[in-house]
Amino acid sequence: MATVSPSPGLDLGDLEGEKGRHRRESAVRYTLTGAAGTSLIISFLIVFALIFEALTFIDGIDLGFLWGDQWAPPFNEYDIKTPVVGSLIVTGIAMLVALPVGLCAAVFLSEYARPGVRKVLKPTLEILAGIPSVVLGFFALRWVTPNITQNIRADAPLFTLISAGIGVGILTIPLIASVSEDALSSVPGSLREASSGLGARKVTTTTRVVVPAAISGLVAAFIIGISRAIGETMVVFLAAGGGGNQAEFTLSPFESGTTMTAAMAASVAPSDRVSEGVALQSLFFLGLLLFFITLVLNMVADRFVRRVRQVY
Amino acid sequence: MALTSSIGVGGQHARKRVEASLTGSGADVAGGGFRILLITGLGVAIFFLGAVLWSVIPDGIGYISDRGSAFFSERSSTRSAEFGIFEGIRGTMWIGIFVVVFSFPTGIAAAIYLEEYAKSNRLTRFIELNIRNLAGVPSVVYGVLGLAIFANRLDGFFPGSADRHLGSTTAAAGATLAILVLPIVIITASEAIRAVPRPLREAGYGVGATKWEVTRHHVLPYAAPGILTGTLLSLARALGEAAPLILVGGVTGRLGPRSGLFELEQLGEQFTALPLQIAELAKQPANSGRWTDATAAAIVALLAVVIIANTVAILLRNHFEKKRG
Repeated sequence: MATVSPSPGLDLGDLEGEKGRHRRESAVRYTLTGAAGTSLIISFLIVFALIFEALTFIDGIDLGFLWGDQWAPPFNEYDIKTPVVGSLIVTGIAMLVALPVGLCAAVFLSEYARPGVRKVLKPTLEILAGIPSVVLGFFALRWVTPNITQNIRADAPLFTLISAGIGVGILTIPLIASVSEDALSSVPGSLREASSGLGARKVTTTTRVVVPAAISGLVAAFIIGISRAIGETMVVFLAAGGGGNQAEFTLSPFESGTTMTAAMAASVAPSDRVSEGVALQSLFFLGLLLFFITLVLNMVADRFVRRVRQVY
Repeated sequence: MALTSSIGVGGQHARKRVEASLTGSGADVAGGGFRILLITGLGVAIFFLGAVLWSVIPDGIGYISDRGSAFFSERSSTRSAEFGIFEGIRGTMWIGIFVVVFSFPTGIAAAIYLEEYAKSNRLTRFIELNIRNLAGVPSVVYGVLGLAIFANRLDGFFPGSADRHLGSTTAAAGATLAILVLPIVIITASEAIRAVPRPLREAGYGVGATKWEVTRHHVLPYAAPGILTGTLLSLARALGEAAPLILVGGVTGRLGPRSGLFELEQLGEQFTALPLQIAELAKQPANSGRWTDATAAAIVALLAVVIIANTVAILLRNHFEKKRG
C-alpha cells in the first residue's frame, strides 16, 4: 500500500522553511518594489513641476507677448517662434549631417566590414558617443565656425545656427549609427543568402533586400536622432548665441539665434540670471514644450523599433 | 526548320552572355561606388572624432605643462594664465559620488524588480514604458526639475544652504544628476539581467533556493559585467553633463567658501563642475589672453576621466561577450 506517511522525524512545520528566510524574502521584495516605484515618482514630479510653473507663466503674461520679434526674457519679450524655429533649423542641419554619415557607417559596419575591422571601428564610434556635449560646443565654436561655416559664407558671424547644427549633427552620428546597425544586423542572414542565391550582387542585396527589411529600425534611428538633436543644449548654447539671453527671430542659419534648450539655459546662466517672476517661469514653459515634443518622438520611435523585433 | 535555326542563333547569343558574366568581364561599377560611399560616410565620422581631439589636445597639453600641478590644485581666476580647475574637479567628484551612492543601488534594484519579481501586467508595462521615456527626456528638462524641486522647494533643506543662492548647492546638483542617470542605469542593468540564461535560474530553484537566493547567487554574478558596463557608461554621462547644472544654478566664477576635496560641508554650499567651467571658459574671447588654451586644458582633464570610464566599460563588455560567445 502506498500510503502518504511522513518520514520519521519530519512534520509539516519543517517543510514551511525557516521564518528568517521568508522574512528576508519579503523584505527584499519590498525594497526592490520601492526602487522601481522611485522612477515612477520621478516622472510624475517632472510633469507636475513643469505643468505647474508653465501654467503660472501662461497666466502671468499677456498672450500677445508670445508673438513678437525676439526672445528676450530680461525685456519681457517672449516670441515663441524664435526658439521653436531655431530648434527646427538646428535639428534640420544636424540631420543633414548625421543621417547620411550615420547610415553609411551603419551599413558598412553591418554588411561590409570584416570582423577585425569592425572590432576596431565600433568602439571608436562609441568613444565619439561618449564625448560630452560641452566639448562639442567648444569644437563647434572654435573649429566648425572658422573652418566650415566661414568657408561657406565668409561674412558669417562668430555665432551661427549652422555651426551649432553641424556640432549637434556630429553628436548625433554615433546614436544614429548604433540604432541603425542594430536594425540592420537583426535582419536574418537567410534573406541575404536568398538574394545572393538568385545572383544579386552585394550592392543589390544590401540596397534592395537588407535596407528595406530593416526600414522600421532605420526610421526609428532617424526619429531618435531628431529627438536627441532637439534636446541638445550645450552645443547650441555656446555656438549659436554665445550664451546670451536675447535672440532675434531669424530664418537664416548663418545668423546667431537660439533654440528652446539654449533659451532655457541662457535665462539662468550666471551672467544674466533671472531668478524669479515671469522670466523664470518662461523656462518652465519651454521645458514643458520640449518634454512633450521629445515624449511623442520617443514613443513613435519605440513603435518602429518594436516592429523590427516582432517581424524577426 | 526556320524555327530551330532561330533558336540555335538565340541560344548561341545567350550562351555568350552567360559565359561573359560568369567569367566576370563586366566590372561591378555600382558595387564599387557604393562601397566607396559607405567608407566615405564612416571616414567622415572618424574624421570628426579626430578633429575634436586634435583641436583640444595639443593646446590643452601645452597649457597644462606650462602650469604644472597648479592647474589642478588652484581655484579659478579671472586671469587666463592663472586658471585652475580645483573647484570643478571637486564638484564633478561630488556629483560622481551622488550617482554611485544613489543611482547605482536604486537603479540596479529597480532592474532586478522589473526583470525577476514583477508580474507581466499592465502596471509593469507602464513602469517600463515610463523608464524608457525618462531615458529620452533631454537633460535640460532634468535641470528644470532640479531647479524647481531641489534648488527652490527644498531651499534650506541641507544645512548651510538657507538664504544663499536659492539652494543651488552641491547636493542639489548631485541629486539632479543622480535622477538623470537613474533610467539609464535601470535600462542597462535590465538588459544585462535579461541576458542571463533561464536554466541557470531553474537550477537554483531546483535545489530549493528562494527567489532572492537565486537572484543573489546565480543571476547577479552572471549579469555583473553587463551591469558594471552600464553603470560606468552612465557615470561617464553624468560627469560630462553641463546643461542641467546651469539650470540648477552652478556658479562659474570663483566660489566663496574654500572647503577641501572631501569636506562634507561642501554639500550645502555653492558648486561648480568641470563641464560648467568649460562652458564658461569657452565663452571668453578667443583672441585675448590664453582663454582658448585654458579651455582646451580643462577639456583634456574632463575627456581623460570620461574617455577612460567609457573605454574601460567597452573593453569589459567586449571581453565578456567574447568569453561567453
